Amino acid sequence: MRPDTTFEKIAWPLGFGLLVLVLWEVVVRVFGVSPAILPPPTAIGAAMAGSLPILWEDWVQTVVKGALNGLWMGTLAALILALIIDRFDFLKRGLMPVANFFAALPIVGLAPIMVMWFGFDWHSKAAVVAIMVFFPMLVNILGGLAAVDPMHRDLMRTYGATHIQTLHKLRGPAALPFLFNGLKIATSLALIGAIVAEYFGSPIRGMGFRITTEMGRLATDMVWAEIVVSAVTGTALYGLVAGIEKRVTFWHPSQRG
Amino acid sequence: MKKPVIDAQNVDLTFQTNDGPVHALKDVNLQINKGDFVSFIGPSGCGKTTFLRCIAGLETPTGGSLTVNGLTPEEARKSRSYGYVFQAAGLYPWRTIAGNIKLPLEIMDFPKAEMDKRVEKVLDLVDLKGFGKKYPWQLSGGMQQRASIARALAFDAEILLMDEPFGALDEIVRDKLNEELLKLWAATNKTIGFVTHSIPEAVYLSTKIVVMSPRPGRITDVIESPLPKERPLDIRDTPEFIEIAHRVRDGLRAGHEA
Repeated sequence: MRPDTTFEKIAWPLGFGLLVLVLWEVVVRVFGVSPAILPPPTAIGAAMAGSLPILWEDWVQTVVKGALNGLWMGTLAALILALIIDRFDFLKRGLMPVANFFAALPIVGLAPIMVMWFGFDWHSKAAVVAIMVFFPMLVNILGGLAAVDPMHRDLMRTYGATHIQTLHKLRGPAALPFLFNGLKIATSLALIGAIVAEYFGSPIRGMGFRITTEMGRLATDMVWAEIVVSAVTGTALYGLVAGIEKRVTFWHPSQRG
Repeated sequence: MKKPVIDAQNVDLTFQTNDGPVHALKDVNLQINKGDFVSFIGPSGCGKTTFLRCIAGLETPTGGSLTVNGLTPEEARKSRSYGYVFQAAGLYPWRTIAGNIKLPLEIMDFPKAEMDKRVEKVLDLVDLKGFGKKYPWQLSGGMQQRASIARALAFDAEILLMDEPFGALDEIVRDKLNEELLKLWAATNKTIGFVTHSIPEAVYLSTKIVVMSPRPGRITDVIESPLPKERPLDIRDTPEFIEIAHRVRDGLRAGHEA
């Protein structure tokens, strides 16, 4: 089979997506489904068009302030700890079980406590996200640092390279594919974390806040509007990470294609 | 008398494994002089690679004494006195060929202009001019291995250690690279330690052939080659060449039966 052209790559999923939307609209209208149960796509579209300023405000609050801040903080913390653990072997034995314990913390129980510690605004959401992304990032970075070809490592030894030089010239680049795997997991976790954390207290904006309050008023078209925004955001973030990955780890067999 | 570059006295190495101790090297005595081309030949498990790694300071003998330029192998490694070529090219895929050759130069803090000059020079030596901007995975196996030799030559260490560098290549490419290696050796007068399990390769290249045998890994014969330094490929059909090859084969067989 010949490979798809760029046009076909976009056209196929777009066509299928449209088909699903049309079927959805038809089913809702033909069977007279109550809008509180499932609003038709046109109603969701109208809700989105009519409340763009609100959606934008919510998006900035949840995605930019909550999710992205938490994402970089958690990732940076994981990176620093990974480098320290990697340097001192006794820490691997001492700290990894603690990190494992962190990974087992239930986010739903954690969120109210973070709200108490860091207040109602985005800081508590970023804290929840940071904790959520921390562990997958740590495990992936450590895995990447350990995944060095023994021959490549011996080569650095024959040059009399220092620990920092080996890290910079060999183990860092070799760990990048792992880092990006972690980031792809972490971006979707970050979005979920930031939205769910808002269920436990937030100022009167944010995607999670909007979902709970609009649901209370049975304004499901607005709930769906937020869901659409978050799905599009999640897809775009993932695409962004995958795009950077393709540029940075072009040399990896999985990217050479 | 001149002091040997590499001097091994009663070198012993025992690995502790889960199945008990493995005697990888036993009572190895060998002197290598400046400008020698020394091949280590023997069946798998005879310790030829292990001995080369000992010289390189990548393994530490458990007994005897081993010096490189009068230093311990560890000190010699840290003072960057040898270039090492592994069985596989081991080029970093995220660096271009030129970038890979620059790697040791960056680590050793060469000035920028000097780096570029040296890269050009060694690329020329291994006949890879014009391939500096390619990535390793865009080249054939033989070209990758030549690039890895260029990388080992770039910082101009006086000793070159090569662990079956052409083992994975086909015979035609291997012949060509053997010929080029001899030219390179004549041009640079480096001391070369070369591990192989091909008899013709060992005889063709070496001034000294060290025959080893396994369990425990030890030297069974050291043959000083009477062949001239200038060696066209068809020297392999001369009676002198065939005689040395016979002696190597006998040595290998004797080691096997013992």
